Formats: sequence, structure tokens, C-alpha cells
Amino acid sequence: MLLEATGLTRHFRIGGPFSGRFLHAVDDMDLTIRQNEIVALVGESGSGKSTVARLLAMLYRPTAGSIAYRGRPLGSMRSRREILSYHGRVPMVFQDPYSSLSPVYRISHGLERAFKLHRPELSSEQRQEEAERLLSSVGLTPPSEVLHKYPYELSGGQRQRVGFAQALACRPELILADEPVSMLDVSIRIGLLNLMAELRRRERVSVLYITHDIASARYVADRLLVMYAGHLVESGPAEDVLSHPKHPYTQLLLSAVPDPRAPIALTGRAEVGEPPRVVDPRPGCRFRFRCPYAIDECSRVTPRLRLLRQAHTAACHVATSDLDMPEQEGLP
Amino acid sequence: MVEYAAASGPVRAVDRVSLTLAPGEFLAIVGESGCGKSSLLFAIAQLLSPPAEIVSGSVRFLGQDMVTLADEDLRHLRWRSYSVVMQSAMNALNPVMTIGEQLRDATLAHEAMPGRMLRRRSEEVMRLVGIDPVHLQSYPHQLSGGMRQRAMIAMALLFTPQLVIMDEPTSALDVVAQRSLMIQIKALQREFGFAVLFVTHDMSLVSHFSDRLAVMYAGQLVELGGTRQVFKDSLHPYTVGLMQSFPSIIGERQVLQGIPGTPPDLARPPAGCRFHPRCPHVMPVCRVEESPVFTRSDDLVRCHLYANGHGPIASIHQRHD
Repeated sequence: MLLEATGLTRHFRIGGPFSGRFLHAVDDMDLTIRQNEIVALVGESGSGKSTVARLLAMLYRPTAGSIAYRGRPLGSMRSRREILSYHGRVPMVFQDPYSSLSPVYRISHGLERAFKLHRPELSSEQRQEEAERLLSSVGLTPPSEVLHKYPYELSGGQRQRVGFAQALACRPELILADEPVSMLDVSIRIGLLNLMAELRRRERVSVLYITHDIASARYVADRLLVMYAGHLVESGPAEDVLSHPKHPYTQLLLSAVPDPRAPIALTGRAEVGEPPRVVDPRPGCRFRFRCPYAIDECSRVTPRLRLLRQAHTAACHVATSDLDMPEQEGLP
Repeated sequence: MVEYAAASGPVRAVDRVSLTLAPGEFLAIVGESGCGKSSLLFAIAQLLSPPAEIVSGSVRFLGQDMVTLADEDLRHLRWRSYSVVMQSAMNALNPVMTIGEQLRDATLAHEAMPGRMLRRRSEEVMRLVGIDPVHLQSYPHQLSGGMRQRAMIAMALLFTPQLVIMDEPTSALDVVAQRSLMIQIKALQREFGFAVLFVTHDMSLVSHFSDRLAVMYAGQLVELGGTRQVFKDSLHPYTVGLMQSFPSIIGERQVLQGIPGTPPDLARPPAGCRFHPRCPHVMPVCRVEESPVFTRSDDLVRCHLYANGHGPIASIHQRHD
């Protein structure tokens, strides 16, 4: 297992230091990422998916729960060197290519910096060579010219490729990509998704692809994790989750995807519900207010992820009600 | 034609675009960022401000040319005959006024109305878009993104106009909220019969909602046709490429290629056909000469592939094989 999070929880205090109110961004989430695997984390804005990325990147400390990287708990990393090395193994690619690159430095700067921090053994010629190799591996050609450009000379898609090149410069094992394509034009997005798939194949990295677009998640990911209001509500192999969505939220999400290939169906009710802001929640399923199948139990007991079929889990009392087995740990 | 004055000379954002919109019709304009689709909308709505200006062309609405219309006459048409829903409700709504006050403002700017009637009308439009009228007392920040966008639409419907112009009203919303808003817009349109001019960068969004689809690239209209028709048999290579850019949740997982390259800078558009640097069917003529527009009844396409009387559908199939 490359990365394993158990009971991952992050709360934020809101409304001033003495309010005592907490926003539950992520609650009790289990998640694993294997080597050479693309996992998509899907959810609406405010569902806590970016918080998960920041927790995994060690930008936030978890309120509870733990993250282990190759079996080693992140909480036990104390020295600057260890933490730096973790950042190199698990770098992040950000959503906004227009603000994630400093406008005053050439493209070479970001790569050089990554080399100096994470690969001090490289000589200056090797650095130059490696920088050019990385740029061409993310499809930026000719690399020797791109190296000397400033971000403003590149388009959004090209900048995002620079983001991936910078992540690769640290020789990562897992790239945390937080909505890497959502700000790009549709005709450019597919190229970036293809790049992620290619990097996995060629550079053997894993990717956590965070997105609100379930169709693009299906396109690149092996496994899907669906989040709703801070809870993981369903997970499993991508095709399995899409063809047999078990959680009512996943079903709603799928029914809302605009797809020209789908038959015309305008009969769908105009769904007015919104994902809740989870402030000091009481137990119960957080989707129950919008759920057409909600039963009494849903407002009393928080459903846990349960295994439905091979590697496919869902956290829903109704969907799992025909499981007669005793409650089991629903690890994917 | 719309041009933006720039230090390096005028930038042509909208280049000889001709469109007609029938009463009660839903026309979607799709294109990528910087293709001029919002400039086109603003030109139609007479909302352009310097450095942008309409350098030539006309906009005929209800028999009048809006470009030459005096401000005072324009004011009579605005909001009553046509209204605009902006992209970002958070920026378009006034943060320090309640929704109710803003509805009142919009109403009184165009018609004197006694307070009771005004309140009743405000409550009516709020209910129409599915917001509880108690939110008339709410400030924009107290509403969710979807509700703010609905409030914008409520405001646009105050006078039941004949045309509602929408500039990416759903782009800030999640898929679920997006779909529910689209269904609502469609239902309102059926009920009141207004025409909709809908700009979006996501053509799959309108695939089930619009009657006709106009595709823009680099300031020009490159294809126009019935929505189902365009999806089924796209004519312009750019449209075909766009179709290849959406992963689907249905059917086999297939590898898509998208469109290589990036949209051009309108300050320096490529010579000849503006799409030629990215086009898989590029011919020598495309590099030097801009394609004329080929039409078939109301549909049109701007592409050299259809020159010399090629049957449009037949020839594009041929080239695909």
C-alpha cells in the first residue's frame, strides 16, 4: 500500500476563537492508494475533497485519524528533511494554472528549485538535461525554448503541464491533482487527462485525481471515491460504481451529468436541494434531507461504508439493508 | 463586428456573425474562452462599453435596430422586452442590498409601480424560480450559489420579457444544481414563451435543452444548425473535435484525443481559416484563404471542405473514413 488514511478527520473552527462551533470538512474517512494507480475523488464543491488533498499533502494536520505513507505514519515525521522528502514523494498540482506559477520567474526556475531541494546530487548539466526531459515528457516542445519562457507566454493548458513537470521533478510516487483541468477549455482538458494516464504508465506514478466531473473521473481512474458533505459515501472500481451506483447520492450525481449521448430525458424533477454546510452535525446520514429513500434509521445512525460486492462499498442504510451479514469494516 | 481597442491596434472579437432568433426559440452559442461569445451577447444586448464597440453590423429586435437606437428608446426595451442573466451572480448582485430591494430597484427603473403590487410581483417571480419569498429579505451572501443564480433569473423575469439573454448562468454551479437550473429555465420558457439566447462553453450542457446550436471559434460563427443535428452530424472539424473532447459516462470507455493546440490569440489570428493550425483535415487552401459560409436552409458551416457543391453530410462522412 502506497498511502493509507484511517479515520481521517478535519474540523475547522468557525465564527471566531470562542464560538465553539466547528465545520466538519472531512469526517472519519478511510482511503487507500496503491502503487501505480489512479484514484478519482469525486464530489461537489464544499464536499471536503480539497481538504482531503491538503491533509494528504501535509498542508493541514488532521483533527483525528492518521495517514501512513508506505506504512510510516505522517505524524511521526518530525525532522525537516523527512517532511521535505515526503513533499517530494507526494507533490501537489493545483487547480488554477494562472495563479500557481509565479509570473516573475521563467519556467526553468520552478524545475531548478525542485531539483535543488529534492535531488541535490544532480550536476548543473544533469539538471538542464532532466528539465528538458521532463518538459518533453509532459508534451511541452521544444523543451529548450519552453524552459526560458515566462508563464504569461504559455496558455492555460501548457501552464498546467508545467505544473505536472514540476511535480515530476521531485521524482514523486503519488501526485495529488486538485481539479487540474476544471479551469481549462474543453478542447484542452482531454489532453491533460491523457497526460495523467501516460505518466502513470511511463513514470509509474500514482495519481489522486480530485474532480467534480464524474465523466472525466471515469475516463482516467481505476477506482472512484465519492464524497458527500465530508463523508465518503461510495467507493469501488470505476466501471462498477458507474454501472451499479449504490448510494442515492452517486445515483443523483450520475443522473445530472450532461451527456449528449444520453437519451433525452427532461422528465427529471428540478432538484432544489443543496449540499449542506456541516456545522456541528448530529449523527445520521448527511444526504438524508435530499434522499428519496430515507428511512427512520438514516436520521439516527451515521451509515458506515459496507462492502456490497467485490471492492465496492457504500455507506447507506437502504442500499446495504439486504446484507444480512454482521457489520463489517468496509475497506476497499 | 465588434472590436476592442488595444494599444497594438483593434482586436476583432466578433467577426461578421449573423444570427436570427425566432420568438420562443432556445438558441445556444458555444465556444471556448476568448472566442467572442460573450462579446457577441453584450453586443446584442447593447451592453458593450469602451474599449469595445460595434464597428459594423446591426441588431434588429422587434423591428428596431438596437445599434442606432437612442439611449432613451433603448431604456424602454431593456428589461421589459429583453433581460440579461449574467455569469457570476455574486458579482452581478449588490452585496449590501437584499434581494427584495434589488428586485424593487430593477422594477422601478423601468416602470412606476405601487408598493403592494411590487411586493406581489417580487414574490411571484421568486416562487417561479423555486425560491421561498422569505428570501426577499436575504442578502446575496446568505444564499447558495444556485439560489443566487435563480434570483438573477427571477429578476430577469420581472416583466416577462420576450427575450432572455443568458451568459453562462450555470458555470459556477455543481452538476446537480446545474441540471436542476436548466430544467427550470426550460420549464419557465415553456410557460411564458420567451426566447433564450444562451452562451456556454459546455456544449453537452445544452444538448438536451436548446433548439439550435451555434458554434463560435476565434470570433467567427463556424457552424449553426439544429441541436440534435449538430450533435449527430457535426460539419465543421472544430465541432467534430469538440465532440471528441467529452468523456462519456455511457457505453465503452474510449480514448479521446481532444483538439491539439490552443485557440488563437484574437489580436493575431492565423491567416486563412482560423482553425487551420489545429485542423486534422487542413488543405493548402485553408492556410491562405478564409472559407466562405456554406448554407443549407437555415444551417450554415464555414469550412473549405464543403466547397464545390459537396453535399455537406456526404463529404464529411467520406473524410472520416
